[in-house]
Amino acid sequence: MTTTDDYALFEFLLRQGDNALVLGHRTSEWCGVGPVLEEDIALANTALDLIGQTQLWLAFAGEVEGKGRDANDLAYFRDPYDFRNVLMLELPNEDFARTMMRQFLFDAFQVPWLDALTTSSEQRVADIAAKSLKEAKYHLERSAETVVALGDGTEESNARMRNALEFLWPYAGEIFSDDEIDESINRKRIAPLPSSVRDVWNRVVDQTLSDAMLSRPESDFSHKGGRTGFRHTEHLGHMLATMQVLQRSHPGATW
Amino acid sequence: MIGERFSSKQIWNWLENVPDPEIPVISVVDLGVVRDVKTDKETVEITITPTYSGCPAMRVIEMDIVTELAKHGVENPRLKTSINPPWTTEWLSGKGRARLEEYGIAPPRAAGGPERCPLCKSTDVERVSQFGSTPCKAQWRCKTCLEPFDYFKCI
Repeated sequence: MTTTDDYALFEFLLRQGDNALVLGHRTSEWCGVGPVLEEDIALANTALDLIGQTQLWLAFAGEVEGKGRDANDLAYFRDPYDFRNVLMLELPNEDFARTMMRQFLFDAFQVPWLDALTTSSEQRVADIAAKSLKEAKYHLERSAETVVALGDGTEESNARMRNALEFLWPYAGEIFSDDEIDESINRKRIAPLPSSVRDVWNRVVDQTLSDAMLSRPESDFSHKGGRTGFRHTEHLGHMLATMQVLQRSHPGATW
Repeated sequence: MIGERFSSKQIWNWLENVPDPEIPVISVVDLGVVRDVKTDKETVEITITPTYSGCPAMRVIEMDIVTELAKHGVENPRLKTSINPPWTTEWLSGKGRARLEEYGIAPPRAAGGPERCPLCKSTDVERVSQFGSTPCKAQWRCKTCLEPFDYFKCI
């Protein structure tokens, strides 16, 4: 990287790519153990979309960095503190309720966010966003429907969704926490500030939670540190150990 | 000297013989995955686009294109991947849509669901799941003949 501009763009691209990668990997953990066959297939396909988006973002990040690292190098040979995903996405799946609630909270951000990125001054960002947006809209349709079906379902499913929401809520706000990287990117019209899509997110989340017979937690406290790399949870390292073991043990192995 | 020997029209015709690896009844041309063919004196350049960004068939499609063209003496074609503009189901050809239905996959519709059961043609159908056996398909079921079927998702 030659300039501070490139540094900000690199960090920005890692944030996009790592969100997709970490959620994609977590979602793929359901492959073969989904609660019913249709959900198993849906989760695997969602994971596949996210991993595809990861390849687009991280390939671009590697080119901007200019050290010859490609998407695979960035995915498999970085350590936890080099990841820039928000903390919510690295938390363990726990159960289907938490998995779907997290997917919904993320999709509800991702749709307006990617939509805004389609007018980025950086053409490649606009292209990746336009491609990913189609998939994100489809994901949101499913995750929102599932949140409503389970929230407004049985006593058991409602209780599980309530637990999931209460557990995830203190992590959800990190996605909107602007910092100097976001400001630099915003000045160059590559992306708006993440906080600028919070109103849209609030509306979608409030409506869906209300349809799902769930109440939105009151506190706006949010854990932070994932998207800046300052502090990840203890769970990311364990996740990466599984995700990276093959490439770390046999560098460059291919199918 | 490749470009002098082959016209882009010829290349397009040959690519019609390359089936989609997961839906072999339609070609990668009918699917709208091949976006552009350029020929010049040096090389043949083919631009392809993924249906879904994580489509695992892309590498196989590239290999199949290279293999098919090699049969006709086209050596070392250059393959480019483009995501702009993003793939849309509108790029499926009329022929591709008809073949999908014959094969048992309901073709995509802007309305967001299949027009009818590809097997018995009943319009009394319901969705089972938004996702199916590949990223580009959803699971539906016919309430008349009771058979499940794939629906090619509309994006």
